[in-house]
Amino acid sequence: MIAYIIRRLLYAIPILIGVNILTFALFFVVNTPDDMARMHLGDKRVTEEAIEKWKANLGYDKPLFWNAEKDGAGQFTDTIFYTKSIRLFVFDFGLSDNGRNIAHDISQRMWPSLAIAVPSLLVGLLLNITFALTMVFFRATYIDTAGVVLCVILMSISSLFYIIGGQFLIGKMLNLVPISGYDTGLEAIKFLILPVAISIIYSIGSGSRWYRTIFLEESGKEYVRTARAKGLSEKVVMGRHVLRNALIPILTGIVVLLPLLFMGSLIIESFFGIPGLGSYTIDAINQQDFAIVRSMVFLGSVLYIIGLLLTDISYTLVDPRVRLN
Amino acid sequence: MNLVLLWTDMLVFLLVLAIISFVLVARRREHMRAPWRQVARSRMGMAAAVILVVYVAIGLLDSIHFHPRDHDASADQPRYSADVISVFDWIMDPVRSKVEKTYSAPFATHLYAKETVRLPDGTQDRIYPRLEHGGAHLSDPETQRLTDIATRAGMGLIYALVIWLLAVAVLVGWQSRGLQQPFRRRLADIFKRRTPVPWDVIIYTGAVVIVFISLATQLAPHYHIFGTDKVGADVFYQTLKSIRTGLMIGTLTTLIMLPFALFLGLAAGYFRGWVDDVVQYTYTTLVSIPGVLLIAAAILLLQVYMSNNPEQFSTPENRADLRLLFLCLILGITSWTSLCRLLRGETLKLRDIEYVQAAQAFGVSHMTILTRHILPNVMHIVLITVVLDFSALVLAEAVLSYINIGVDPSMNSWGNMINSARLEMARDPVVWWSLAAAFIFMLGLVLPANLFSDAVRDAFDPRMRKLQNN
Amino acid sequence: MPSGLKILLTLLTLGLGACEQAPWNNPYPASESGQPVYYDMFSERPKHLDPVSAYSADEYKFIGQIYEPPLQYHFLKRPYELTTLTAESVPEPMLFDADDERLPADAPADAVDYSVYRVSIKPGIEYQPHPAFARDADGNYRYHALEKSELEGIRELSDFEHHGTRELTAADYVYQIKRMVHPRRYSPIAGVMSKHIVGLPDLKEELKSAPMDLNGYIDLRNHDLEGVQVIDRYTYEIRVNGKYPQFNYWLAMPFFAPMPWEAERFYNQTGMNQRNIVLDWYPIGTGAFMLTENNPNLRMVMERNPNYWGEKYPTEGMPGDREAGLLDDAGKTMPFIDKAVYSLENESIPAWNKFLQGYYDVSAISSDSFDQAVNFNAQGNAELTPQMKRKGINLLKAVTTSSYYLGFNMLDSVVGGDSEQARLLRRAISIAIDYEEFISIFQNGRGIAAQGPLPPGIFGHREGKAGINPYVYDWEEGEPERKSIREARELLAEAGYPNGRNRESGEPLTLYFDTLDRGPDSKAIHNWYIKQLDKLGIRLVVRSTDYNRFREKMRKGNAQMYFWGWNADYPDPENFLFLLYGPNGKVLHGGENSSNYDNSEFDRLFEQMRNMDNDDERQAIIDKMVEIARRDAPWLWGFHPVAYTLHHQWYSNAKPNLMANNTLKYKRIDAQQRERLRAEWNEPVVWPVLTVIGLLVLAILPAIRVYRKREKEAAL
Repeated sequence: MIAYIIRRLLYAIPILIGVNILTFALFFVVNTPDDMARMHLGDKRVTEEAIEKWKANLGYDKPLFWNAEKDGAGQFTDTIFYTKSIRLFVFDFGLSDNGRNIAHDISQRMWPSLAIAVPSLLVGLLLNITFALTMVFFRATYIDTAGVVLCVILMSISSLFYIIGGQFLIGKMLNLVPISGYDTGLEAIKFLILPVAISIIYSIGSGSRWYRTIFLEESGKEYVRTARAKGLSEKVVMGRHVLRNALIPILTGIVVLLPLLFMGSLIIESFFGIPGLGSYTIDAINQQDFAIVRSMVFLGSVLYIIGLLLTDISYTLVDPRVRLN
Repeated sequence: MNLVLLWTDMLVFLLVLAIISFVLVARRREHMRAPWRQVARSRMGMAAAVILVVYVAIGLLDSIHFHPRDHDASADQPRYSADVISVFDWIMDPVRSKVEKTYSAPFATHLYAKETVRLPDGTQDRIYPRLEHGGAHLSDPETQRLTDIATRAGMGLIYALVIWLLAVAVLVGWQSRGLQQPFRRRLADIFKRRTPVPWDVIIYTGAVVIVFISLATQLAPHYHIFGTDKVGADVFYQTLKSIRTGLMIGTLTTLIMLPFALFLGLAAGYFRGWVDDVVQYTYTTLVSIPGVLLIAAAILLLQVYMSNNPEQFSTPENRADLRLLFLCLILGITSWTSLCRLLRGETLKLRDIEYVQAAQAFGVSHMTILTRHILPNVMHIVLITVVLDFSALVLAEAVLSYINIGVDPSMNSWGNMINSARLEMARDPVVWWSLAAAFIFMLGLVLPANLFSDAVRDAFDPRMRKLQNN
Repeated sequence: MPSGLKILLTLLTLGLGACEQAPWNNPYPASESGQPVYYDMFSERPKHLDPVSAYSADEYKFIGQIYEPPLQYHFLKRPYELTTLTAESVPEPMLFDADDERLPADAPADAVDYSVYRVSIKPGIEYQPHPAFARDADGNYRYHALEKSELEGIRELSDFEHHGTRELTAADYVYQIKRMVHPRRYSPIAGVMSKHIVGLPDLKEELKSAPMDLNGYIDLRNHDLEGVQVIDRYTYEIRVNGKYPQFNYWLAMPFFAPMPWEAERFYNQTGMNQRNIVLDWYPIGTGAFMLTENNPNLRMVMERNPNYWGEKYPTEGMPGDREAGLLDDAGKTMPFIDKAVYSLENESIPAWNKFLQGYYDVSAISSDSFDQAVNFNAQGNAELTPQMKRKGINLLKAVTTSSYYLGFNMLDSVVGGDSEQARLLRRAISIAIDYEEFISIFQNGRGIAAQGPLPPGIFGHREGKAGINPYVYDWEEGEPERKSIREARELLAEAGYPNGRNRESGEPLTLYFDTLDRGPDSKAIHNWYIKQLDKLGIRLVVRSTDYNRFREKMRKGNAQMYFWGWNADYPDPENFLFLLYGPNGKVLHGGENSSNYDNSEFDRLFEQMRNMDNDDERQAIIDKMVEIARRDAPWLWGFHPVAYTLHHQWYSNAKPNLMANNTLKYKRIDAQQRERLRAEWNEPVVWPVLTVIGLLVLAILPAIRVYRKREKEAAL
């Protein structure tokens, strides 16, 4: 097991290098270091000299991937790519291009993202399962059909409508919660109600439809039929057998998402003015702050790979027949 | 007419050709027809299909572009305007050309905002001015407007009824001739649901569609049925134009990346070894980059290219079209990986099946095995993915427009409409019609698409088939 | 939803118990209710709070309240007038010739070799409490040589236990001027100031090789700046090349605020950067406020500086100010509020709605909420809608000292150049693009169509008939009337493009308009421009890009027509006319003249006008320059926006001042009234939620019936 995990982690290194090269290439095709300097130095009265100074101080005056002027290893190491990416691998993100410490910002912005993602996930999961189980319980009745149709309608509506509608109705017309904003500590709750509710409603359509399929599949299995034949009530069959066994695919499906919860939700955060990591990324793209973009891509990739690994491990935990190799 | 072929137009017609040839091939093969027959028997699926056909028809009409003839040019020496319009624009000309000054509500005869006008006696006053086009034929809108709308709507309904009856008669007549049945018997069969294909549903849905089209043709030339936007453009026309954008994103995206996903997925699963490693490495790397960043970077890249080579993009249509194509491409790059992974997994399984092993033992070439034995057996996965992705992509377009990395701002799209309408919600009184129009028409596409894709999945996915039979 | 409901319901039960509680949608902690706290928003995160780098309104919003340069703009007087802040008096430049002989104040500019500005500051001013000044029992600085271990547990500046203060001295001002050329700082005005302040370029060279520690600290006290000298503890002198009457304006900008050397020593230590504890984020000043919470991702909080020296509210104003209540606080010690909370608002809608709910004290009006807030009455004057009046909201208007213009690239082969043909083409376009309509559609009438480069309120601007641009407007019935499109067509035909087609080739004339892609609104604007040129039969292609690409095009001169704006640094015509000065050409010289306009006569007059005092002679020269520019039409003069701001009734001492950036100290808030009105405006409406819950319960009832049936079936 340990050996397997270590091997998987080693396997992650070439992927991360690939991700890094790709980000670098993509970013620098569109953004020359000059562009970045201008972005950071502002609009008015910027001189060439200031730009050169900025580039030199931040190390953007080197060639991108290959330094032909150097000898030996220096050809590779004395480049923007090498100097900027080597430290990522020890999770030292350094300073953003406008001088803020990225790790500090990430550690600050992680919590609001989690404060939305975790309740949305947990409550959403609970609701989806309840809803799906109800539909399966009442399968082949109008309740099931109505439920499925409702799900399809819910998932056919763009998430933007939920947000715009929610803010308009709950925040503006009914005065129930603050329209947007965030605060630390317990004060945050009143800001979180609406975004969490909206992200749950948005996910309920596809979520419960998917779980319904899983439950249906499970309830068609031999052992369930046997249980029914034994005269167990439908309630017991559903609760004890179907739910318990269907939870395995549901939970293993969720594990891959867990690490990515840190990354936050882009749209929700930016509409509600919540200072999470989702809006951090988009702000960085808009401000062309390469240091942040690079760090966030790297972090995202790492989390994704951890998610894959966790999924594999969770499979072996729930089903001993699966061997890791 | 002076035809213009935009890149996306070309791809769309290629797609249409591919679908037609697929239909021609599939007609003759029972194993390919069977699942489609099942789709055709789904009531929900067929109702959805009718609506989708209307959307697709609008999208296709909007994909034939040409330079219209200049008005002031002489007849014997035709000169073409530099504008590019589509056949759909040409049909919609009575609506398209009617531009007001700014906002006006649906069916309004006056602007939505007061304006200072200079009265004949030299004084100034703040009034709601009359619209230039909406309800311009009325002399006294206060009293005439409602009756006029009602009369026109009534006429629309009557036309709709006539057209519908004719259409039903033709349809049933044609069927009864084909089946050698009396007309009335066939009619009774259909409405008592005794036909395998739910023709009654098709006819009812058709009725709804005909009513809508007929009402629109009666009312739209005289009123702005969905109001006008900030610069006075007709919202109804905009939302209809957005259909093409939505369809393009939904279909072209998967189409563009399909060959790669198929080739790499099959190759990885079939050859295993280093091929598998390389393919897996490629898609894991791609999939672990947050998609938004990839899209943002690609859109920026295109903009740089366009500003460096302005001479290649002389018309705004060209620029918008290329951006759309590029968006499809990049969305494709972010979404092909899941399909590739599914294909690889399925191929891994198929590879160990006896007849493939047997074929290998007989020394059949890899190429033949892949195309003959494996490809046909994974096509259902491809089909299911394509239809399932469709609605997700249409929805994604709106979100991308919000982050400003969607289609060109000059292009009509629901995303752009929602994005501008977002700001209108803060007005008081609220300007709700742009948002409502985008909502209705988007739901009108995505909901049937979801229902139809359900029907397709039920028919093609063996696992789902088993579930249905339970 | 149900999770939200659960919390809502608990809130509901709590809320029913105490009806007079704060509204549910109050985004601020309950502890702040009833306190004299000012609430505002910011939409762009400040990039720099270091006064040597900061140069935008988003940044001045904060540092203007914290750092105190020697001068400031008078809060009430118009036209804008400089007055003292920390200085004892507004310095009168002393002029000298090349032989160091003192010249009279009215000496001609070419006789002046250098001018000396002597600034005396008020004694007894102290800095805000700050750890950089903290000393231990022996009088040594506590935090100037921090070990790694001492920094453990420190995440923000407020985590430092000890504070101290020190008296403001003239040396602090000199220190800051030296920082402009520090090799690790980026001062946007370093280039400009190197031309003006004697010795600044030399200091820059010297500092390049100066000993610098790992964290970029240089002790600037050891490096002499020739032109800036400390005279005594409270006096310093700045020597400026030649005659430069505008220099006093610079002395009112934060670039010339004091910076204690202790701050540089304190912030530039190993480990501070990792914690974002840098001068760029934690200002240290003598102003009425100090920054206490610094989270640019969420909010910035400023609190009253306990060491503030207590500037008094001005006692003089303009006629009408007393009636408007603007002098009620005359002579009282400022500031009047304890705290100012600025929240980040990325989206305009939530911000606007929160203002209406009473959670922001002031608000700008976005174009989309305009109709809701403002009406034009029969006389064409803007006034608040009845809805706003009912809420007791007030409206303030001020013509900004900015100019938004559409420029032609004078290097372009079609629209540019000095040929008569191109000039006529530009003038035809000037007539065709109807900025009055632009203002009414996209600015909701909040703007004045510009007649030339100078906005109203700037010396040299002329009102009325004398001020119109005769190439675009006629004077009709007491107001400027845009010339007819027929005249534009004639000009176009004269220029060689009858009906928008090239006379020789018959090809339609296609022009390119480069602009920024600003999301949803830009589409409408682009279509509008296309429509305008369509009136002449010219085809306009809009090429919208991101800001970087746009600037690159401008820099390389690839644009043909472009749209840009300029915000004045100081209220002097030089600050506008230099945008057309040839040697400031963007492509050739990297300056701010984006049109690359180059007219030798204009340049000559500019050089003459630049160093003059505001008198009739200067006005005459400016008139000539404006005439040249109008005739050549390198710009469509565009418009000058009029800033409309709204504020609630509990907010007083509101007078728009577009030059001053330190107006927070004048503001007064009636917190009790605000509290009452907020509660009144934000009564939660619960019944729809309860109805939805009721409906859900009703929907479950039939399910229970089916459930019963099922159970029965199973039992059988």
